[in-house]
Amino acid sequence: MTERAEAIAVRDLCKRFGALEVLKGISLTAREGEVIAIIGGSGSGKSTFLRCINMLEVPSSGSVAIRGEEIALRSDRRGGLVPSDRRQVQRLRARLGMVFQSFNLWQHMTIIQNVIEAPMHVLGVPRAEAIERGEALLRRVGLFDKRDVYPAFLSGGQQQRAAIARALAIQPHAMLFDEPTSALDPELVGEVLGVIGDLAKEQRTMILVTHEMKFARDVASHIVFLAHGVIEEQGPPEQIFGDPKSELLKKFISSSH
Amino acid sequence: MAADMINWSLLALEPPGWGGVLLAGLMNSIKIALGGYSLGLVLGTGGAFGKLYGGPVMRDLMEIYTTVVRAVPELVLILLLYYAGTDLLNRVSAALGYGSVDISGLAAGIFVIGVVQGAYSTEVLRGAILAVPAGQMEAARAFGMSPLMVMRRVTLPAMLPHALPGLSNLWLICTKDTALLAVVGFSELTLVTRQAAGTTKAYMLFFCAAGVLYLLLTLVSGLIIRVIEARARRGWAAR
Repeated sequence: MTERAEAIAVRDLCKRFGALEVLKGISLTAREGEVIAIIGGSGSGKSTFLRCINMLEVPSSGSVAIRGEEIALRSDRRGGLVPSDRRQVQRLRARLGMVFQSFNLWQHMTIIQNVIEAPMHVLGVPRAEAIERGEALLRRVGLFDKRDVYPAFLSGGQQQRAAIARALAIQPHAMLFDEPTSALDPELVGEVLGVIGDLAKEQRTMILVTHEMKFARDVASHIVFLAHGVIEEQGPPEQIFGDPKSELLKKFISSSH
Repeated sequence: MAADMINWSLLALEPPGWGGVLLAGLMNSIKIALGGYSLGLVLGTGGAFGKLYGGPVMRDLMEIYTTVVRAVPELVLILLLYYAGTDLLNRVSAALGYGSVDISGLAAGIFVIGVVQGAYSTEVLRGAILAVPAGQMEAARAFGMSPLMVMRRVTLPAMLPHALPGLSNLWLICTKDTALLAVVGFSELTLVTRQAAGTTKAYMLFFCAAGVLYLLLTLVSGLIIRVIEARARRGWAAR
């Protein structure tokens, strides 16, 4: 059996905010079609790690490669790193579909405008084609009838589903989910997890930061447990939840029920 | 009777009436206001982005600009920029061998009002940009937009509803600031009103007429502003 290609490869990633060391050397590879769930307590650096992948946060050291292409970084005057080629970062970001905890739909655009914005203005897809694809995606997440509505008029669950359609619209090589259900009312969590679960079944490459343990167990092919800025333990869901080795993970799992 | 003392024919559009002159003055005022306001918006947008995202030098320059312009009375600024400005321009052009240049009152007026408006709109726009949730811009970056595209597609339209109340105020102030240009001899509404009143001695009539014209300008502006505001806020849930 041949190994599938590396979609995202992170090597020895460290991130400091001033004196605070949030990530202390993390290496992680997501192969094509893999669904990786990152779990861990608050402050463990999960979100920061995810945001380093598309350079919303620039790592303090280490490297990130998307489909084998390493993001070029150089030192700045203050001793940190900055991307040396802004265009490279923009080009790679344009194929990483990100879904945020607080949705971050553009409030001045209708739902369909949100969905076609990046395809049209970043990727140069013709308007008619972008709309056709966008409407198909909205149909898929059950929001076709809301396409001409502004985000503020939708529930949190609907907004997050629209945000997922927006991320899918760029035909991403990989999807990044940053706690997609943490800002939702409990009764709205299910509809969003349903959509994400369907995507996971399609063998899409996904990295998912989440607090939903049961969901992570059901959809992920690989679980990564972060604690205090390092990967404390990782493995397939059965092993992580069925037979945790580290004390921290045992405590974390028992406390999250 | 007081009513019989008012000679309404003085307001006739054709001479010897002064109505046409007043309207021409109003048109000049509107031209300066529109031009100055537009220039002010351009300067203000640049100023706001410079203050928020510029380097230390850019930020200091913008700070000096807004502080100085907002500290000095507008009348003084207008006299300074108009006389000193034209003088400077003439010296420069003379030094370059072009001889003296004639600066149109309209261009000078637009420039002066624009510089003043720019300083105030810098602060209005800066505040409005800060009111846009950071996630809006972050999402735009995450989808691969360049900084310029983020500004054009997200930051500017998203901050507009926050900026409009302040910008509307500035527009109304701008229409009235045009009256200050009377001191440099530009034939805007206030200056021609003074001429009409001085010539005919009908001070009450002409200054009231000018007041009504300024009021009309404000009322019409209010209608337009309301339409723009409703359009800019269409993405906002009712509150």
